[in-house]
Amino acid sequence: MRTERIVLHFPKELADKPVVVNLVKKFNLDFNILKATITPDEEGLMVLELSGEDDNFIKGIEYLKDLGVEIQPLSQDVVWLEDKCVHCGYCVSYCPTKALYREGYFVKFDSQKCTACGICVELCPYNAMEMKLFV
Amino acid sequence: MKTIEEINEKIRQGKAVVVTAEEMIGIVKEKGVERAAKEVDVVTTGTFGIMCSSGIYFNIGHTKPRIKLGGGKVYLNGVPAYAAYAAVDLFLGANALPDDDPRNKYYPGDFPYGGGHVIEDLVSGKEIRITAQAYGTDCYPRRFLDAYITINDLNEAVLFNIRNAYQNYNVAVNSSNRVLYTYLGMLKPKFGNANYSSAGQLSPLLNDPYYKTIGIGTRIFLGGGIGYVIWHGTQHNPSVERTERGIPKGGAGTLAVIGDLKQMNAKWLRGVSMKGYGVSLAVGIGVPIPILDEEMAFYTSVSDEDILAPVVDYATAYPNRESDVITYVSYKELKSGYIELFGKKIPTSPLSSYPKAKEIAEILKSWIKEGKFFLTSPSAPLPGVESGIKFKQFSGKEILGEVEQK
Repeated sequence: MRTERIVLHFPKELADKPVVVNLVKKFNLDFNILKATITPDEEGLMVLELSGEDDNFIKGIEYLKDLGVEIQPLSQDVVWLEDKCVHCGYCVSYCPTKALYREGYFVKFDSQKCTACGICVELCPYNAMEMKLFV
Repeated sequence: MKTIEEINEKIRQGKAVVVTAEEMIGIVKEKGVERAAKEVDVVTTGTFGIMCSSGIYFNIGHTKPRIKLGGGKVYLNGVPAYAAYAAVDLFLGANALPDDDPRNKYYPGDFPYGGGHVIEDLVSGKEIRITAQAYGTDCYPRRFLDAYITINDLNEAVLFNIRNAYQNYNVAVNSSNRVLYTYLGMLKPKFGNANYSSAGQLSPLLNDPYYKTIGIGTRIFLGGGIGYVIWHGTQHNPSVERTERGIPKGGAGTLAVIGDLKQMNAKWLRGVSMKGYGVSLAVGIGVPIPILDEEMAFYTSVSDEDILAPVVDYATAYPNRESDVITYVSYKELKSGYIELFGKKIPTSPLSSYPKAKEIAEILKSWIKEGKFFLTSPSAPLPGVESGIKFKQFSGKEILGEVEQK
């Protein structure tokens, strides 16, 4: 069993075609769409939690890559800029998945738990959270 | 029992016993007030939070030919500065916004850059673009200026905050059905969260609740450098209700502080953007408290459970200036991450950084231990309870109201 949060960048040509459904049909994978949007230059962007048997998981990813979908782990897209963080802890109670949490009085960030909702990016008074998804 | 001169002599000899306000709690608990007062010479406090009534004044030197900025218009990185002193003296407040910032027209506004950020950039040594229009005189003929300046180009650059280090503060909640964006952060509907802003047991004025040692002239840690208390802060309100041990049960005393910006550090002066509210400056302040007697040992042993803060509804009571307090909660409860309100567990969010407050108290402690920082006797006390000073609400005669009445 393997579960990962990934970001998919669909090229223009694929934006209106069924793709994710084939992950279920062909590879018996489970998915949970955390975020989906079409960007202004008509690229599709999707944040997906994908899980299934190891073999199927790898095949599913290969299937996507063959179609021209760019894939990267979600953890690369939301960044906690530790040097900008003052550890006030303001963000912690807003984070819906507890990716931002407190250890004692210090703030920590577990990128594996992040769903890229972006609320921390909007709220942090010190600009210590950065999201690269839509850049 | 002890004088400030005696304590300074000990500092000089490297013999002073200095502890943070957090450490003092345990010392008094273990040894009692009497022994703690004998053994401890100085307790250091600290706070790091968003302090809106902050600003800087500075002198840019005379251009060739000369320009008179006073009465003209001046912008620093697009943020308007106050140009109403003489030729080349300027003031910049932390809340200033560029003229073209949409504010809350696009609600909730983002407020990405303003006065607080200019102050942070200036302290960091970054180049700041100054653009100015002046009206020109015979002695100051120049009418335009467009240049880059850094803090090193300035003559005086001074942090001058007219209200900092609030002695206790509100806890904000929201009874309405919509999200509120306030200076205490985003408040979720239907009492979805509770936000607070105080270092609690480390906070300077909570460790000297009756201002017995902190007064005009007190030397302090300010923004990473050395500063001074120069007056009581605006809205100083010593006569509020207090607990048995003298701790105000809401916002009370405040400090006006000053210090050389050139000695300061952007780590302790940070520009902030509060969504839907505006820009500001987060300031780090640390105040040393001399343990002159048992009374001061007792006051500095205050802990989060002794400090109560009023829970106020920012949907109704606060904006309409009603004095309703829903309940009081302690900082111990607030810092646990949850408080209980109407039988429901509500998550809490701090806006003041406790780790930074602690770091400041530790830095101040090391400065004193190393003999780099000496204590001062105030030149004059801050107005206390006996002064009878009470914060007055707006009492001007509103013109619109008069018209309506007629």
